[in-house]
Amino acid sequence: MKTVSSLLDDHWYERYKTISKLNIRSSIYDVTDRCNLRCKGCFFFSSGEHEAASEEKDVGKWHAFVEKEMDRGVNLAILIGGEPTLCLDRIEAFYKRLPTFCATNGLIKVPRDRFPDMMVGISLWGDAEDETTLRGKDTFKISSAHYAGDPHAYYLYTITPKQLGKTEKIIKKIEGVGLKVHMQLLSNDEAVDGFSWTPDELVTVRAEMDAMLDAYPHTVISSKYYHEIITTGKMLGRPFGWMECPSVTDTIDKRDPRPKRLTNFIRWASDLKTVHRCCTSETRDCATCKDGAAHMSWVMVNKRAHMRSAEELQNWIEVYEMFAKLYQFIPW
Amino acid sequence: MDNDGTQTITRIAEIIINALQLEDVTPQTFDPDLDLVDEVGIDSMDLATIALVLRDEYGIRIDEDDYPKLTTVRIIAEYINTKLTSGE
Repeated sequence: MKTVSSLLDDHWYERYKTISKLNIRSSIYDVTDRCNLRCKGCFFFSSGEHEAASEEKDVGKWHAFVEKEMDRGVNLAILIGGEPTLCLDRIEAFYKRLPTFCATNGLIKVPRDRFPDMMVGISLWGDAEDETTLRGKDTFKISSAHYAGDPHAYYLYTITPKQLGKTEKIIKKIEGVGLKVHMQLLSNDEAVDGFSWTPDELVTVRAEMDAMLDAYPHTVISSKYYHEIITTGKMLGRPFGWMECPSVTDTIDKRDPRPKRLTNFIRWASDLKTVHRCCTSETRDCATCKDGAAHMSWVMVNKRAHMRSAEELQNWIEVYEMFAKLYQFIPW
Repeated sequence: MDNDGTQTITRIAEIIINALQLEDVTPQTFDPDLDLVDEVGIDSMDLATIALVLRDEYGIRIDEDDYPKLTTVRIIAEYINTKLTSGE
């Protein structure tokens, strides 16, 4: 029988043991239906999720809700929106109680006196030109001024097909302001002309992502296996899709056979009652979904499938470590 | 339960082998002290699957909060024995 220690040398086995018992149980929360940007391709607005529920405005109910979520075993709250920083009191209901990650466009600075070590993921959709096309303004100028050198913040750089050949410029810019970066791919939910991926472009972007990780290992938080998975949409020969996705809301997951999935995962709407189908857009075609967290989680929940060889298990470890770093379960 | 627990250990090993479709191991050769998470690589979803089979087989309830404690086949056998003895 193949065991972990029979596959790994001492170095990798130690790395494995650091993460093997983390038992991360995340859920995702829409903090608000509002945003101070309206980005083309934002799944929240393009799929009408901002209209799925009327947001709960009583902060006391948010506190009670978080307590219930902890009773459900959640130990990582991933806050999205709308723009969560529009509602700091709601963020605080999570942050006071459990490890919390806040996604933001960075236009409003999370006050560090109130949230000293909350991990903040700042969205960035390319260079100034792409940002202006897709988001109406170049957010980097503002967000980098807010978070330069912050050890609890990083950029979530969404690469678009228009960014091919330009990613290094962005990575350098981020390195220049003393922040880390994690790369993901645009899913182009609103079919903006020229922003959908072709097979050749996916091959090219994978090579570019690999090159950025090699050239900027202290700035780029990633793994080459993740690049392979996200660009090919395949893991161990299996295509990503509805029957493989790990981040479907548990309470509505009727799939049969049930795939490996995140334990007790729910994506809650901001009324604290309604649930969304999954971690991203309900209208998105799962076969072409490029959601980074879903693909990371897909690898993570399939540990034993990666125990066929040392190389595959090491790939699994690297992806798990990447996730654990991005959500502050292990240091950078 | 058998007095020395050997039968229970062998049966639990068999359940795990079947649930995880483990190769190159039998219930008799499965090391009851092998760490199921660190060495076999099982996760909480695997444990949930195994817990359901154990519940049906032994008529006991395994609390989800107890999963992290159930790290080896021998510990699971002792856990079951305790539950059966106390009539929980």
